[in-house]
Amino acid sequence: MYSDKVMEHFTNPRNIGELPDANGVGEVGNSKCGDIMKVFMKIEDDVIVDIRFKTFGCGAAVATSSMATELVKGKTIEEAMKVTNKSVAEALDGLPAIKMHCSLLAEEAIKAAIQNYCERENKVL
Amino acid sequence: MNKTVYLDNAATTRLSDAAFEAMLPYLTDGYGNPSSIYSIGREAKNAIENARNTVAKAIGASPEEIFFTGSGTESDNWAIKSAANAALFAANAKKGRHIISSAIEHPAVLNSLKNLEKNGCEVTYLGVDKHGQIDLDELRRAIRSDTALITVMTANNEIGTILPISEIGKIAKQHGVLLHTDAVQAVGHIPVDVGEMNVDLLSFSGHKFGGAKGVGVLYAKKGLLLPPLLHGGEQERGRRAGTENVAGIASLAAALDAALTRLPLSGVEQMRNRLRDGLLQIPRSHFTGDPTNRLPGIASFVFEAIEGESMLLMLDQCGICASSGSACSSGALDPSHVLLAIGLPHEIAHGSLRLSVGTDNTDEDISYVLEKMPGIVARLRSMSPLWNES
Repeated sequence: MYSDKVMEHFTNPRNIGELPDANGVGEVGNSKCGDIMKVFMKIEDDVIVDIRFKTFGCGAAVATSSMATELVKGKTIEEAMKVTNKSVAEALDGLPAIKMHCSLLAEEAIKAAIQNYCERENKVL
Repeated sequence: MNKTVYLDNAATTRLSDAAFEAMLPYLTDGYGNPSSIYSIGREAKNAIENARNTVAKAIGASPEEIFFTGSGTESDNWAIKSAANAALFAANAKKGRHIISSAIEHPAVLNSLKNLEKNGCEVTYLGVDKHGQIDLDELRRAIRSDTALITVMTANNEIGTILPISEIGKIAKQHGVLLHTDAVQAVGHIPVDVGEMNVDLLSFSGHKFGGAKGVGVLYAKKGLLLPPLLHGGEQERGRRAGTENVAGIASLAAALDAALTRLPLSGVEQMRNRLRDGLLQIPRSHFTGDPTNRLPGIASFVFEAIEGESMLLMLDQCGICASSGSACSSGALDPSHVLLAIGLPHEIAHGSLRLSVGTDNTDEDISYVLEKMPGIVARLRSMSPLWNES
């Protein structure tokens, strides 16, 4: 049911872990629904120079978390804000219809982390 | 990946050798229609009637009380919808449209009941305790003058709990209420006798104990005047028309015969206990279901802070076939209704795993799972934001 790319990212997730010196942290989802993603970003001059994540969830949740962090790494926060759940799913060669909500988790977590950075830095996007 | 360790025998089983042999004649030269009068037709008819005798004997029933269907689900639907349709069901002519069931039934029962609720039936769902057992006093209190049916499963498919059907049957009898039981997980695994269980209707299917897929059985006690499910020819005494699945029916009977000679499943139970004891060594893991009154083959767990589908994918990468009641494995947002009914919080219910042992499994299979599982749980926990916070 999953594409090879989804399975590859699930098996070898990129950017897994935490960043002790993160200056943008976002956590979305809830354990009731069965998926939670926490993103840690190190942002310098509005560029995401490093990123890590932790995810509790199914294969699609883990794979979209991994892919989303890859897509925004090295990008400016403005560019990163444009990453959507659709673009994450497309980069993974698609997701089963019932799993599309998992990709929303990744999009929202990225946005929450950037939001958190902006609040810390008193920036308005 | 060469190795496959199949531990999902509660989902389906490998066709047993006996069942395979029993099917062959009717898939080849014995292709006659059982309703035809010439010899290959008569032989096919005989095969069905022999199977009916075998099945009847296996569960303590008479052959005329056995109806072959296409699945356990079909049997459940037929029994429940018939009983609710009081006007059609002689024994229920004076009864109303109230049904009592449990919160942990299989979807075949629950969704049949939901459909009846849409059509004016009222259903009381009895809750269960942490082991998945209903309260018999609560059952007594739930019975009303218009109660037409009690339907409670013999054993649960997710957590393995065996329910006290015989006691429930006594209560049903005292109150003059019909009892149906979904015995899909029980038949062929534990002794099932319709007389001892005091049931009026009982459903099961063949592929859970080594028969071919696509065949079920409904036992309906003599005198019930089961209304026809399918109208057409005279197959199944006019109650379930349609040319019979001769090979499948023959396989069910042969598989059941073979399964009964293996009871009690002490070897299976030993392997299940090894799984239980071994996997409970993993920190913050829990064994679900009734610790003693349970099916021999089902080892069911929850592992805190990780999600079921992820576990299944990693087990699959090691060649291990298992299942989970997590939301993601079913495509729903909520985890299994059974795990919520036994009182597990949502976040823990998402981390469920069911390993169901069968007679084809070996001690080596169990050792392999015990070797692989701790690493899988540790890896998923290392990725989980819930594990750090806890």
